[in-house]
Order: sequence, then structure tokens, then C-alpha cells
Amino acid sequence: MTTALNTLFITVEGTRLNKEGERVVVTVKDEKKAEVPLRHLRSVVCLTRAWMTPELLESCVEAGIHVSFFGVTGRFLARVEGLPGGNVLLRREQYRAADDGGRTLAIARAMVVGKVSNARQFVLHAKRDAAAEQVPSLEDAARRLAEHLRAVGRAEELEQVRGLEGIAARDYFEAFPGLLKGGARRFGFDGRNRRPPRDPLNALLSFGYALLAQDCAGALAGVGLDPAVGFLHEDRPGRLSLALDLMEELRAPVVDRLVFSLVNRGQLKPEDFKEEAAGAVMLRDEARKAFLVAYQAAKQVEVQHVFLGQQTSWGLVPHLQALLLARTLRGELDGYPPFAVR
Amino acid sequence: MTSASETWVALSALQHLLFCERQAALIHVEQLWREDVRTATGRLLHERVDLPGHDARPGRRVERAVRLGCERLRLVGRADLVEYHPDATSPTGWRPYPVEVKRAKRKSLEADSVQLCAQALCLEEMHGVAVPEGALFHVAQHRRQVVMLDARLRARTEEAVARMHELLARGHVPVVARAPKCESCSLEPLCMPHVTAGQRRASDHLRRMVELVDPETVS
Repeated sequence: MTTALNTLFITVEGTRLNKEGERVVVTVKDEKKAEVPLRHLRSVVCLTRAWMTPELLESCVEAGIHVSFFGVTGRFLARVEGLPGGNVLLRREQYRAADDGGRTLAIARAMVVGKVSNARQFVLHAKRDAAAEQVPSLEDAARRLAEHLRAVGRAEELEQVRGLEGIAARDYFEAFPGLLKGGARRFGFDGRNRRPPRDPLNALLSFGYALLAQDCAGALAGVGLDPAVGFLHEDRPGRLSLALDLMEELRAPVVDRLVFSLVNRGQLKPEDFKEEAAGAVMLRDEARKAFLVAYQAAKQVEVQHVFLGQQTSWGLVPHLQALLLARTLRGELDGYPPFAVR
Repeated sequence: MTSASETWVALSALQHLLFCERQAALIHVEQLWREDVRTATGRLLHERVDLPGHDARPGRRVERAVRLGCERLRLVGRADLVEYHPDATSPTGWRPYPVEVKRAKRKSLEADSVQLCAQALCLEEMHGVAVPEGALFHVAQHRRQVVMLDARLRARTEEAVARMHELLARGHVPVVARAPKCESCSLEPLCMPHVTAGQRRASDHLRRMVELVDPETVS
């Protein structure tokens, strides 16, 4: 599974995808742009309107390659996959655990521990090369996150866990302006907003989270779990609650880190975004492409998996965590070990 | 839970089982790496096996990708290759002769022999003819090895089939300690033997994440 992490992103309107032999052929306006062996693919993500032959779709479904479609604004539309993988007994165990208050609390608590702990680590890392005048606010944020983390560890009610998660998220986002450097200060940031995002930084975060959610959903489906039945997030029709659960611990180290490194290094500028009449902000096409390339590259970066005691890549982390969650549900582990950033 | 009478064991599962019970259960109970197993099966079906001299003898018929089943043992699957030899002592005038083709380096003679024997048990039931012998063909060494399907091997095979039925019926994935053979197992990254059977405790990991955090440590 280490070799098959690649995702094919389609960003050019009117792209055609068809199958030749065991390869996916990408054509734009009758010009062949790329050929990818099917066995190297893990998923196909269409970020714009694209054609795909039924033959290719059939092969993707057969080979367990997930195909997902996003609207032009980055909104998730649909996902095509075959029969759910894995074991129906595992899924039943997932549903039983989701209906069991004690087990739900334990898993949700572990996930929020992961989220808050990694958010704090992110702030601490960023503080090391922050401007002197930003340091106190970042230290303050780290301090509050540590307190929330301790409180989460002691929480005995699910609602308490969810409440602490919300408070920690608010404190964390309050620290964001202090993470912007040099020219990136022009971005400004006044708290997290979405639906629709109303400033460039929020547009980037939303786009990144949408991609990460799909990666998490794919990883969960890959081990046979139902991405829609969560623990921290309540079930809601059309929502991939378990994917959102799994994503919590990865938001800061995967998406937020990437967003800040792109804007702080000047790779994305306020001019790369456009604002609609009502104030919604979206990425221009070139910026979307740049972000996708960077997102894919970030997945190749090596990272230490503390619990497993091994090196891995960021791209594999959702898959490893999905496996660990399956082990937890099956009772092979005494709890869910969230991914921990050092 | 599934009623035992509904479970069917795949011929390929026996080899997995003899290699490692957990591997067999991960593949056949958890259905992990379903696509890879299927891809491998597809490759198998399309690849023509070139056995030196196998068509040389007159009257010998060769069938590839033969679908097999045994109602008695509730066993089902495919044989890469079955030869039908002319045999005057057989009531039908011919005798099936399973040949299991091994592409990779030989991992376990017992596992290969059990898989071959299971094919023979299917062929015996389907044709009503005794199958006393078969062969393993090792592609790498280009060598054919005759295997006598004796009472001991048959008992071992039926025992493996019964164990696989038990795992399937219970939906059970046994926890197995990490062993040297894990190095050669393609499922190792999904199995995580050092985690499941090891000393790593998630509760300790979580405790470290929470309790070792000092709010005053901000550097």
C-alpha cells in the first residue's frame, strides 16, 4: 500500500479521462496530457467538470480507486465507489460502539486529545521563528491549549468533550494572526469562517480541509469502516462524520501548516483570490493548482509515527490511523491512539 | 455471526492459513486488500502457464483456470491447471492430475501441498475418480515436483479447511505474535503485529499526550 498513494487531480475544464490497457489517459482538447498506470492510483479527484468513460469508471471501482467530484467552488459533490470494502462484522462493531456512550466518549476524547495536542504543537513550532512581538500571544495560546488538553483528558461526558473542542478551536484560531509573517500580514484573519469563506486564509483552510476529509474518508472506507458514522461528530445525513472525526487530529499538522507555509513564503498572495459580490472569497485557478501541487508534495514528506514507532509519510497517516481505529473497535487495542506530533 | 453451514472456504485461503492464521483471517474475514487479491487473481487467469513438455504426451488434456468445488468440505475456488491423463485403471478412462504453479520462491512445501491436495479433493468429488497424485511446478526453478496425496496430507488438509471454517463462522481475526516470517508478508503494514500483539498500549500513549503537558512549558 506504500506505493499506491497517488491521487490524480483534474483541474482543467473539459478534461477527458479514458482507459487504454491498464492506464488512465488524460486528454485536454484532443491533446494527450498524461498517462497514469491504474495500479499506481489510489483516487481520482475531479475539481472541475471532466469526462470519464464508463469503462474507466468500472475499472476504478473494481480496483478500489475512489473517484470524487467537487464543484468549481471546491464544494464536495459526489464520490463513486463500489461495494464497501472490509468486513460487515467490523462495521457492525463500529455501529455498536457509536451507540455505546462509554465507547463513544473514549474514542471522541482520544480524538480531541489528538486535535488539541497537535494544535498546540503547531503553535509552539510556529513560535520558534515568529517575530518577537508575536511571541507573547502565541505563548498564551499554547498555555490555554495545554489547559484545555488536560481538561479533555479528564472529561467524563461527551458534551463536555465537544464543548472543550469548540473552546480550544476558538483559542487556536485567535492565535492565527500571530502566525502570519512579512508580506503575508496583508492577508489579515479575523477568526475562522466558512460557508462561504470570507477571506483568503479561510478559503485556503476550507479547501485544504475538503481535500483532507476526502483522504480520511478514503482511508476509512479502505479498512472497511463506514465514513459516515462518527463518534465526535453526530450522524447527519450527507455528512462523513467519521472522516471529520479522523481529520481533527490532522487539521493543524497537515492543512494549517501547509497554508501558513504557502502564505508566509509568498507562494500565495492576496491577489491569488477573488471576492464575489456578496463577500465570499475563492481561489483563482492558478492558486488552486499551486495549492494542490503543494498538498500532494506535503504527503510525501516523512514523519515519525510515535505510537507505531516508525517513520512514515504524511500521506499514509490517515490510512494508519484508520487501521488503528479498526483495531480499537475490534478490541485489539485498549483505546484509540491519536496521531501525535512531537 | 454466520451459520457454519453457509460459509465456504476459498482454496487460496488454505495457503494463507498455513502461512499465518491472522493473515488468512485478515484477507478472508476482514477482506483487507480485496482489490489486490482480485488483481492477482485476474493476472493469474490471463497468464498462460508454459509448462515444458506438458503437451508432449499423447492424449493428455490440459485445462487452465478450472473452477472447482467440494460440497462435502464446503470448499470452492480455482485450479491454475488440471491435466487429464489417460488411465486404463480409471472407470472413466482418464484421471485428473492437478498442477499447482508456483511463481514465487517456495515459502512452505506443506502449504503448497495442502493447497494441491484440496484441489484434488474437489476433483475427486466432481469427477468421482480417485486422485492419488499431483504436482507443484516451480516457475523460478523450472522444476516439477510430484506430490503423493496420502492419508496424512489429506487429514492435514481437512483439518486446515475446518479451521478456516471456524474463523469465517466466528468472524474471528486471531492475534498473532510478531515472527520472523512477518518480514516476508505483504499484509504486514495492515496487520501491525507489533501493535496488536505487542506491548504498546494506547492508554499509555494518551496519558503521555495529556499528562506530560505542562501549560507553563511554552518553548
